[in-house]
Amino acid sequence: MGALIRNGRIDDDDVVLLGDDDALPASGRAVVTLARWLAERETLSAISPKVGILLPNTADPAESWPAIADRDLLCLSFPAFGDGRAYSQARLLRERYGFAGEIRATGAAVVVDQAAELLRCGFDAFSLRDDQKAEAFIERLAAAGTRRWYQRPAQVRPVFEERRGV
Amino acid sequence: MYRYDRYDQELVDQRVAQFRDQTQRFLAGELPDEEFRALRLRNGLYIQRFAPMLRISIPYGLLSAKQLRMLAHIARTYDKDYGHFTTRQNIQFNWPQLERVPDILADLASVEMHAIQTSGNCIRNITADHLAGVARDELIDPRPYCEITRQWATFHPEFNWLPRKFKIAFSSSTTDRAATRVHDIGVHIVRNADGELGYSIYVGGGLGRMPMIGHRIREFLPEADLLSYLEAVLRVYNRLGRRDNIHRARIKVLVKEQTPARFAQLVEAEWAQLDHAAFRLTADDLARMRAHFTEHPYEPSAAADVSFDKAVANDSAFASFVKRNVREHRAAGYKVVFVSLKPQGVAPGDMTSAQMDLVADLAERYSFGEVRATHDQNLVLADVRQQDVHAVWEALRGAGLATPNIGLLTDMICCPGLDFCSLANAGSIGVAADINDLFDSLDHLHDIGEIKLKMSGCMNGCGHHTVGHIGILGVDKKGEEWYQVTLGGSAEDDASLGDRTGPSFSRDEIAGAVRSIVDVYLEQRHDEEETFLQCYRRVGMAPFKERLYAEETA
Repeated sequence: MGALIRNGRIDDDDVVLLGDDDALPASGRAVVTLARWLAERETLSAISPKVGILLPNTADPAESWPAIADRDLLCLSFPAFGDGRAYSQARLLRERYGFAGEIRATGAAVVVDQAAELLRCGFDAFSLRDDQKAEAFIERLAAAGTRRWYQRPAQVRPVFEERRGV
Repeated sequence: MYRYDRYDQELVDQRVAQFRDQTQRFLAGELPDEEFRALRLRNGLYIQRFAPMLRISIPYGLLSAKQLRMLAHIARTYDKDYGHFTTRQNIQFNWPQLERVPDILADLASVEMHAIQTSGNCIRNITADHLAGVARDELIDPRPYCEITRQWATFHPEFNWLPRKFKIAFSSSTTDRAATRVHDIGVHIVRNADGELGYSIYVGGGLGRMPMIGHRIREFLPEADLLSYLEAVLRVYNRLGRRDNIHRARIKVLVKEQTPARFAQLVEAEWAQLDHAAFRLTADDLARMRAHFTEHPYEPSAAADVSFDKAVANDSAFASFVKRNVREHRAAGYKVVFVSLKPQGVAPGDMTSAQMDLVADLAERYSFGEVRATHDQNLVLADVRQQDVHAVWEALRGAGLATPNIGLLTDMICCPGLDFCSLANAGSIGVAADINDLFDSLDHLHDIGEIKLKMSGCMNGCGHHTVGHIGILGVDKKGEEWYQVTLGGSAEDDASLGDRTGPSFSRDEIAGAVRSIVDVYLEQRHDEEETFLQCYRRVGMAPFKERLYAEETA
């Protein structure tokens, strides 16, 4: 696995991603699939620190939200470099459902060349693909976060609002 | 026309730097082939049969003289001295070197141009009526809305990795000249019963291997809400569009599988939950954008000219040009002049650098410095004083750009085909040349009248064959080039898909088959007023089929 980027720097990865049959770890924070979470929610919700959830990119946030609203870590997946479904999921979770916890990007698209889209759509933690250079990714995040884009979502006021001069 | 401010320029300049970095990383072996492919496509760069191909964006087909001169410069400096205008109002260069593409993009950026999102599974160039702003049947100039949409779509972070490419076209006139109903989204600018401006939204049209006519999913969307509604459509598509099979990934398949009614419900439900205020276009936004497209200062005195009519009366060659290549203009004393990129012996849409320079000069001298590209692969000088049309014609004629064939059989749409494209099954340029040879008498062509012949070298349908009055599709049969023929397609208001005539024709037979089709039409039509399409719709396939396949059974 590549580095974990969080808060604009390389951070310790405190998370263990569990298969559906794996036992819970003795320490550290576990992440389980949405399916396992839904099946074992009663047991899993008692655990501290809170178990995180890995959503498949086909999950509809509208359906899943009631079951995941109290979590503080959601991992979204990019199974292929060109599969952008998780971008819509991230925006919905942030903008429609007000999810304030960590949204972590995982998979084949967590690369320098998609850093700007990831940041803008609401991801705030990034499990880099292992061939990626962490420094380059961090630089790209910083640039994307200070740039004026045409449209929302963006970290800086977008161009159309700037032109309104309000 | 739209001029960049510092924000537009910064975004384009940054993109050039980003692509330069990506190209260097690729050449250094640091970027996997497949990923560089996806990234270069988003900058218009394909790797073709013989060389890369670079597709440059011409938003809604509008170019300044300065920009056209830059395209000429690129043709001379980086290519084999010519470019190819496409059916989506863009231009392609077929011979650039990969290493030099970042330099080409930098040259383009210096004249407010780019190749952003001209390929790849993202929102492509926004297209519109090539007569926008001058057509008499226009409700309102669609270009401000196109530019607003272009900016919304450019580097949209959620929609850069869609299931498949996504094309949006605008129309604002009673005659749809932008083929909106064969686009992923077709936007018709309309007024409702209360006289308010807004849009009818069509979704799920498309060509390619599963041609479909778009469905109207909303009859009236208020003018201010364009972007939130587009956002809703794109989000539904990004989430639910198929990604398991590239041939079923366009939005038209989702619309079909859901049914148009249920797809509309999905969009409406998503739209209802969006923060409309955050997207709403203000009166100032619209006014600011409209100010880029104000009417040119037409001279009232131009209407007093009598030389134009005199020249038409005295010069039959000029009269023939005027009949086919000149259209009425909204302003009295002005004309719309079509530059034909379909002379005999040249691939449809091709233009040399010298021709580009010449048209740029003419635009500057006679047409307020602007040129338009049409989706039929011609150019338009849209604002020429009628007293200047003769001089424009003479200059165009001297450069082989005045073939009086706009709307005629030889004004055919054609993709680059097997000669250049790595996707093609069959050549199209050679067939176009054969058909040209068969119909080289212009008198005969005028007699045949309005007919749209469209040809694609493969199922992807870049030549829009399925909406040609006569459509030709190149197919591969055991390594040989064969051609399927369809009749009765249309991309206009009465949009329809063509019907297959039957078994395909060999390379040797295809031009003759077109001649047979035209012969049947000439025999069957009521009179010269009945166009090919009207005639076909009346008499049906039977007489055409009979003639086309008679020789075989005989």
